[in-house]
Amino acid sequence: MSVLPLSRLRRRNPAVTKVRETAGDRMFMIVVTLMLVVVLAVVLAPIVFIVASSFSSADAVNAGRVSFWPVDFSLHAYHVALTNSQVLQGYYNSLIYAVAGTAISVTLTVAIAYPLSRKTFYGRNVIMTLLIFTMLFSGGLIPTYMVVQDLGMINTRWALLIPNAIGVWQVIIARTFFATSIPDELHEAAMLDGASELRTLRSVVLPLSKPVLAVLALMYAIFQWNTYFDALVYLKDTDLYPLQIVLRNMLLLNANRPGSVDLAQQMEGLRLANVLRYALIVVSSLPVLLIYPFIARHFTKGVMVGAVKG
Amino acid sequence: MPTTAQHPIPPPAARSRTAEPARRPEPDVPRRGRRARARKAWRQHWQLYLLAIVPLAYFVIFKYIPMTFTVIAFKDYSPVRGPWGSEWVGLHNFQLLFANPVFTQLLKNTVYLAFYLILASFPIPILLALALNEIRQGWFKRTVQMVTYAPYFISTVVVVSMTILVLSPRAGIVNTGLGLFGVDPINFMGEPGWFRHIYVWTDVWQTAGYSAVIYMAALAGIDPALHESARIDGASRLQRIRHIDLPGIMPTAVIILILGVGNTMAIGFEKTYLLQNDLNLGLSEIIPTYVYKTGLINADFSMATAVGLFNSVVNLFLLLVVNFAAKRVTGNGLWR
Repeated sequence: MSVLPLSRLRRRNPAVTKVRETAGDRMFMIVVTLMLVVVLAVVLAPIVFIVASSFSSADAVNAGRVSFWPVDFSLHAYHVALTNSQVLQGYYNSLIYAVAGTAISVTLTVAIAYPLSRKTFYGRNVIMTLLIFTMLFSGGLIPTYMVVQDLGMINTRWALLIPNAIGVWQVIIARTFFATSIPDELHEAAMLDGASELRTLRSVVLPLSKPVLAVLALMYAIFQWNTYFDALVYLKDTDLYPLQIVLRNMLLLNANRPGSVDLAQQMEGLRLANVLRYALIVVSSLPVLLIYPFIARHFTKGVMVGAVKG
Repeated sequence: MPTTAQHPIPPPAARSRTAEPARRPEPDVPRRGRRARARKAWRQHWQLYLLAIVPLAYFVIFKYIPMTFTVIAFKDYSPVRGPWGSEWVGLHNFQLLFANPVFTQLLKNTVYLAFYLILASFPIPILLALALNEIRQGWFKRTVQMVTYAPYFISTVVVVSMTILVLSPRAGIVNTGLGLFGVDPINFMGEPGWFRHIYVWTDVWQTAGYSAVIYMAALAGIDPALHESARIDGASRLQRIRHIDLPGIMPTAVIILILGVGNTMAIGFEKTYLLQNDLNLGLSEIIPTYVYKTGLINADFSMATAVGLFNSVVNLFLLLVVNFAAKRVTGNGLWR
């Protein structure tokens, strides 16, 4: 590690530069860069296509005239999407699930991860093994459904908040953070000052754990925002549907609205249906994609904390 | 949040100082010391157990009780009599399942899809991470990372909708592009043969950037001195990737591969279910979607549980086998 970083060496010693940049290496770098440009284009292309279509007129979209730039610029699809009562209700419900679910999940995750991180917690290895076992083997869909049913949670908001409240992976991330980033001396100092375990957690550990709390909150919030499986299984009442189920019904099931018997109205609905899909995709993904650049750093950290311990 | 609720102010420091001498005699009296220490540990740390109670109850109720409910795979489940009171039927459900011609197709669909997915989604993030690691320009590297990472945050419903729109034979950008080369529009969603390709490559599109992050972290952990001395010895970039970077990320890659294989039978319900249509059902019906339909749509709880149990057991078995093999070959495994 005592070797100087090469960037610094290069500036002072031209000989090293010669060693570094052979013709083959330069060719290799050109190929690598080109490959990454292609990757960039492939990832971006569908997104740009969707966004461009959503801002185009229904006729241009239906005729397949849109590629990567809006044709006959129009905000009509957005107007329809954002005034649809189902979409608004879905948005509202998803916000509730994301906020409440994240609060419950983070609280419970800390409540188990903190004891598991303490050497003084008797039986922590047994408990950790039991938790990890649930990652490897599960009772499956129907037995879980039966438990949720027995608890009377079917067709209530609780069904989306409780049965998947704790992720074992998230427990591992939090435990690893508590165990490696909070020195034992701090616990000892707090104890000498007469702090109880709960007081230590609240006044010493949690204030120092903001990065990992952010990671957990983000992971749970995005899971709640994006998942639809639990809602599909446990909910029947349309008023409780999260956004993803509303989207699925509108985007994928081709559900023609019942009651629109008027033929002209139906034709107009069909004409609009396509462009409406593009707008819905943008509207529903926007919140996450807008905050994503700011949270990506935290997410990366979380992934790495988990990766360290495996 | 109960963990941040108000708690009594701790006693002043003076009190703990008076308590301090009481701990000292312990080493001198080992017989009484151990019990005294245990009691003391309990007095100091009982709140840890209090904290853990609710999460532990969660794991018992939502993870371990369902495991016991899998007994209904061996019973003729009746909702009135409950899982314990229902009639035993032994292996009847499994015999029915294995005799059903649908089962072979299900198993084949699930395994093909899972292995195709691993084949594509295991190496690509590694290549992406190695390529990004070579790039020096900060802005280009950051842009590629940000953009490839973004699809991970898009929901499955939206990804499937995007797929259908992008691949649409009439207005989709892919067919528009193919049209420029004189290729007739392809009905990607309507031809069953495309299902697996669509599933796997949209998955790569969505997760490659995310998975690459893990390898980037492993690459960042490689001692730069190795690269510098190799450079001075005249190693080319490709040689350095082969002999320094690849061995460096090997342990990480092995763990990811084990987890991937361990996930074979748990392959995504969410996306498969959304991509299914009447035309591709022959290839797209996999065990998780079959369990859902049998159990919750046809309300055959016992059969659905039997299929699910079979799935979980095979999955666990695969994971143990791969872990064992990986430990033998590379010395790395999920656990020691």
